[in-house]
Amino acid sequence: MTEQIKTDFEKIIKTSAFSEKDVELKKMYLNKFLETGFPTRKLENWKFSDLSQIIKKNIGELSFYNDYSFTNKVDTSIFVEGIEHNKIVFINGKVEKVDFTHEDHDKIEINDDFKFVNRLEDDNSLISLNNAFTNKCYKITVKKNYTLKKPLVVYHSTNNKIKSKNFNLKLEFQLEQNSSLRLIDLFNDGSENNFINIFYNFDLKENAILKNYKIDKAQNKNIRYSYNNIEQDNNSVSETFVLSSGSNFSKNEINCNLKGEYSSAFVNGIFSLNDGQHHEIRTIINHLVKNTKSYQLIKSVLGKNSKSAYQGKIFVDSKAQKTDGYQLSKAILLDETSEFNAKPELEIYADDVKCSHGSASGSLDENSIFYLMSRGLNYQQSKELLINGFLLDVVEKITDTEIKNLVKNMIGLKE
Amino acid sequence: MDKREKDIEKLKDYKYGFSTDIENIRAPKGLNEDVIKFISNIKKEPKWMLDFRLKAFERFKQLKEPNWQKPKYPKIDYQDLYYYSAPKSMNDKPKSLDELDPKLLETYKKLGIPLQEQARLNGIAVDAVFDSVSVATTFKDELTKQGIIFCSMSEAIQKHPDLVKKYLGTVIPTTDHFFATLNSAVFTDGSFVYIPEGIKCPMELSTYFRINASETGQFERTLIIADKGSYVSYLEGCTAPMRDENQLHAANVELIALEDAEIKYSTVQNWYPGDENGKGGIYNFVTKRGLCKGKNSKISWTQVETGSAITWKYPSCILKGDNSIGEFYSIAITNNHQKADTGTKMIHLGKNTKSKIISKGISAGFSDMTYRGLVDINSKAKNSSNYTQCDSLLMGNKCGAHTVPYIKNKNFDSNIAHEATTSKISEEQLHYCQQRGLNPEEAVGLIVNGFCKEVLQQLPMEFAVEAQKLVGISLEGSVG
Repeated sequence: MTEQIKTDFEKIIKTSAFSEKDVELKKMYLNKFLETGFPTRKLENWKFSDLSQIIKKNIGELSFYNDYSFTNKVDTSIFVEGIEHNKIVFINGKVEKVDFTHEDHDKIEINDDFKFVNRLEDDNSLISLNNAFTNKCYKITVKKNYTLKKPLVVYHSTNNKIKSKNFNLKLEFQLEQNSSLRLIDLFNDGSENNFINIFYNFDLKENAILKNYKIDKAQNKNIRYSYNNIEQDNNSVSETFVLSSGSNFSKNEINCNLKGEYSSAFVNGIFSLNDGQHHEIRTIINHLVKNTKSYQLIKSVLGKNSKSAYQGKIFVDSKAQKTDGYQLSKAILLDETSEFNAKPELEIYADDVKCSHGSASGSLDENSIFYLMSRGLNYQQSKELLINGFLLDVVEKITDTEIKNLVKNMIGLKE
Repeated sequence: MDKREKDIEKLKDYKYGFSTDIENIRAPKGLNEDVIKFISNIKKEPKWMLDFRLKAFERFKQLKEPNWQKPKYPKIDYQDLYYYSAPKSMNDKPKSLDELDPKLLETYKKLGIPLQEQARLNGIAVDAVFDSVSVATTFKDELTKQGIIFCSMSEAIQKHPDLVKKYLGTVIPTTDHFFATLNSAVFTDGSFVYIPEGIKCPMELSTYFRINASETGQFERTLIIADKGSYVSYLEGCTAPMRDENQLHAANVELIALEDAEIKYSTVQNWYPGDENGKGGIYNFVTKRGLCKGKNSKISWTQVETGSAITWKYPSCILKGDNSIGEFYSIAITNNHQKADTGTKMIHLGKNTKSKIISKGISAGFSDMTYRGLVDINSKAKNSSNYTQCDSLLMGNKCGAHTVPYIKNKNFDSNIAHEATTSKISEEQLHYCQQRGLNPEEAVGLIVNGFCKEVLQQLPMEFAVEAQKLVGISLEGSVG
């Protein structure tokens, strides 16, 4: 891998017009990545999912060079119907379309030449990889007191031109005071066996509201990693919803720093897996000042040969009195080959707090099935009804009605 | 002369190189094959025992000290410890209670420990009591009648080699983790219990642990075997505070329950926790593991951990037999600069196995408390279930309480439920108690005892009362 990555890196530096300073920085990140390589299960954070092995098994040798010189045609059939929205379209990791037609242009600033500096102290090798290889980083700033009229949908598409490739993309969002953004990430894959590494950074100023919905629904054979860093100032609210279902392997990390008083974070997630799929969600909520709140609800439905993992951590600093932290993970195992792993963690240094977590896993309740069958449903219908009810609970947590209905339609949940 | 003979020759030199005064025999400082041979030789162990130790040592040399735990400690120099030392001579011991630290005596009074017991705990030479390694020696006759073997490990190696050979190292193998392997190589003594088929042990078996000479790491090895259909309840430790110069305490405890057998193991640990500034204190790095080997067997761990500068242990159950049950009840209290990283592992292998974990952590002062646990349900462990509850109580904002449970469910018709909460003592509760005439410390003691009730109930009667008082005493000075 090391040789391949180095030659690919050289190729990119040659073909792109990076400044000397950028090249230096990128080289540094490349070396940082090469020190550790892809994470293995020896790392505590990757205990339940050994990425290095997964890549080896599913992809084999990865190539890191992507030719961004030609334009891909945007396939409009992927666009969400029935809801007006703004668009950013990524195809094979390259931005092909940015469209904010519904908004006041002076209220939104798009900077495509943003120099991203990694402020994270974390030695996450995948972030280093991302920093070394992303060709362009877009920064989207929502100006003071502005609420986007329509949601922004980020389409992550791939086509069959790529195979066994790694590509990295990065988006930076800044929400100024009193602004608000609804963001939907939608994944559409026409490719197989690629490793997609996504990094989002959100900066929420006072009173800002972020609603981020990540929808990975379409079946595909790709391996996906997504890291979301959310910084929150006073009174800001972040809501993250993850539907983790389509990819072969997927890991979503949500790192949330509650730095301002009365800020709150909500993370809700659904795993609906089958046939050898393996997904993970890892959350870290850092309560750093007093009077902050977090709520997390993660539910899994696991079919044949599938595996889900949830690692959730609530950290409460000694300054963060009056913290309210809650975390619940539930799983239904449908088959004897399915597996559920959880590590709900609390790390608390303040005494006047209310923190709790719960985790439960098991099979479908036979009594409930019996009840439904005695009312005329067949076994399959009863099962589906129970699973729908189980998952609906999480979907109902979506605070935006328009998007809630969209999500319900997408995953075929009926009330 | 071949190598082995040379070794033996060398050993002889060693033996005579030391003072013949039995009370001062000590292995040379450091850890190497010679020291292990010395220990084995002085205990007149058979060759298989020495081989067991050497095999463990071979493995130990390749192991690295673990570093993932929450409480960090200064590096231990394993070459700077004495691995064997016979009891101190009488002359070095305090002659009477008057010579003891008055603080210690005050605590004894609060706990209600009889005078003679106080003397015994400090190794004061009063009549024959001092000579007994374990309190239960006096009951030995009654136990022998029933066929129960309860003796020291060294005695068992001599008198019951078949049993020791068959079971020693089957739950904690010589290829285990760093501290367990170290223990396998250099363990000095401990308890051995064997309950024959169908026998219900008529009394609680108990051993008061003692560390005798200074600068000696304590390496206890305990092995309890409950044969088919038998029952035993074993008590370890004591509520009285124990002082010791030694830092490291790395014991191994192995429990084996055969078909229909039940073992109940209770621990009250109150080793010296270091002073108010966190200086000194014992490192309690113990490996405790129980194997439910037969069908319908049951192992239950109960622990009250109040002492030690650092407590780092996970009494575990391997539920191998079908329908077997594992239980873990724990109270861990940390005050001042104490640190604890404790919890359990429940490994479900057999069908219809059940486990229950109740853990209560209380931290005060500048201390840190971590519950770390694993529940692992194997794909073959059909219809198994686990219930875990871990609650933490925090007093003040200089301390920490952490929960790190690992949950692995590989079986679709098994259920795992886990709950954890963290809170503080409410002002209202305190106010209510104080209104009724309790001083703040008594009030906290009462509330904390209520918080721990579920675990205290699991302790044998004799222990429960003392343990209740201990809970209150451990938190002294933490209410501000």
